[in-house]
Amino acid sequence: MSLRSYVITRILLTVPMMLLLVTFVFFFIRVLPGDPARLHFSQRVDPKALFLFRHELGLDKPLLTQYFDYLFGLLHGDFGKSMVDFTPVSRQIFSAFPATLELAIASTIIMVGIGVLLGTIAAQSYNTTKDHAIRIFGIAAYALPVFFLGEVLIMVFGIFWHWFPAGGRMYPGIMPTGLLIGGKHYATGLYVLDSLLEGNIQKLYLSAWYLSLPSLALGIVMSGIFVRLARTNMLETLQMDFITAAKARGLNKRTVLYGYGLRNAFLPVLTMMGLQFAGLLAGAVLTETTFSWPGLGRYLVDRISFRDYTGIQGAVVFFGLIVAVVSLVVDILYAYLDPRIRF
Amino acid sequence: MSNDTTRKGILISFLKPITSLAQHGLAGSTILVGAMIVGAIAMITIASPWISPHGPADINVGPILSPPSIQFPLGTNHLGQDMLSRVYSGGAIMFQVALLSVIVCLAVGVPIGLFASYVGGYTDRLASLVMDSIYAFPGLVLAIAIAATLGPGVVNIAFSIAVVYVPSYFRIIRSQVLTIKELPYVEAAHMMGAKQWSTLFSYILPNVIPSIVTIATLNLADAVLTEAGLTFVGLGLSVSTPDWGWDLTYGRQLLPSGAWWVIAFPGLMIILLAMGFTLMGEGLSELFNPRLQK
Repeated sequence: MSLRSYVITRILLTVPMMLLLVTFVFFFIRVLPGDPARLHFSQRVDPKALFLFRHELGLDKPLLTQYFDYLFGLLHGDFGKSMVDFTPVSRQIFSAFPATLELAIASTIIMVGIGVLLGTIAAQSYNTTKDHAIRIFGIAAYALPVFFLGEVLIMVFGIFWHWFPAGGRMYPGIMPTGLLIGGKHYATGLYVLDSLLEGNIQKLYLSAWYLSLPSLALGIVMSGIFVRLARTNMLETLQMDFITAAKARGLNKRTVLYGYGLRNAFLPVLTMMGLQFAGLLAGAVLTETTFSWPGLGRYLVDRISFRDYTGIQGAVVFFGLIVAVVSLVVDILYAYLDPRIRF
Repeated sequence: MSNDTTRKGILISFLKPITSLAQHGLAGSTILVGAMIVGAIAMITIASPWISPHGPADINVGPILSPPSIQFPLGTNHLGQDMLSRVYSGGAIMFQVALLSVIVCLAVGVPIGLFASYVGGYTDRLASLVMDSIYAFPGLVLAIAIAATLGPGVVNIAFSIAVVYVPSYFRIIRSQVLTIKELPYVEAAHMMGAKQWSTLFSYILPNVIPSIVTIATLNLADAVLTEAGLTFVGLGLSVSTPDWGWDLTYGRQLLPSGAWWVIAFPGLMIILLAMGFTLMGEGLSELFNPRLQK
């Protein structure tokens, strides 16, 4: 199979998966609770107000019409209206997404850093005390609820020592403005990147300062699985013939380990990152709530407390879309790097 | 005298599975350590009505936010509740939710996995597509959506966790059945005239059980963490139910006052329980699949 036909097949496989997911979420939220409109108002409500509410959100149409309207809207980036203030859900989702993306990127860097480092050390000293200690770290990090670690970090570094802010994303009112081209600002919404583009060192420092604790919490927790996967991968690589051959040729240990081992163990690391991405987003929901980080996860949690079912639906569908796109990109990248995958 | 030997015999037969586990090297001792942690927490939870100094949901049994002291070894929270009593009994919800979700997963995931992969063809493809769609999704987000729709309650929480984990059972069973059904002994069973369903249940299922046990143990660990996560985003049970997740959630607001003991002990219990199950699962998967053992 050529790379092109692989990419096409892979995209064609993503479409029915997304469709299934949207359908599942849609009918689950619209049908299972009985009537989401009535559920939204916890107390008794004036029937006329309820009628207007339904009409405004299109909930008075037949269910199948609503479903196809929703699908059609999604194609145009329309996620419906919020039950709270009837504003487009998409606007809030798109403005919250960069915060989540920035957190996810920073956490991934920490996760891969810890994972590859400890995984390599563990594999190198297989079945020694060092190896066992790292494996226990992996299991403990996996069993650690991310919000508990977050609370501990806030307590120690935020409240006792005042080294880092206890929550939030930036000082109020000084958002980085991004790249200035021809009198117009182009911002990505990733504050660290925007500060760099703006060339403002102080904002760069501040945004990184706010980002540290949340990404550290999420990165450490996610590194649990990653350490284990990296260790297993490295062990398998180190048992291969070319490693033995390299050792036999008298290359020093360090060259064999990092030059030969790590390089070949890198490809699976890429797939692992793709696999971990869904877990990372799930962890981000809890991390954002812990650190008052204004991202998609906190948006979702806010919607729950408002009983905003259209908002919940929009956030959940959007999470699904991101995961689908990321796994698609990772798979294509992997197929490009390793031609064996395509067959 | 004879009475003594019988007692010894009973003791030996009781200890035998434990000692034989220990003979399996690292994997065995990993399972053992995990089982001991889980067992100890289970015993504390069961014994909690008798060993708790106060009612876990009783308020104002002591001063508000008292740090650990002789009278209140783990301190008290903002409602004047005794944290020791809450730590003792808070595991009950965790065990209920975790076990219930595993039962649902076993009841749904195993039959679908066995049937679809054994029959193959369109049934298999359709089941795989559905399961893969759920599997690819961030588990907690899906569980939040389901739990938010269903409302609070042990059964609803367990159900929302189960929906997320059924695909893991399906995938692992499918991958095994696809290999096993091509093995010569299954073919031999067919030649001897074994019926389809008896091949599936008497010849294939027994070989899949180790994988099911492993995934179920890891599912228990994830269920504990997911329950805590759902409680954290406000989808947990009511205030009157002692729950480690609840203590962690509401203890967060007390952090600025420096009351570390309100979150520290319930948090440690969640970690220990999840770690116990994970260790068991890790050990089991190494025992059944000793790929990396030299």
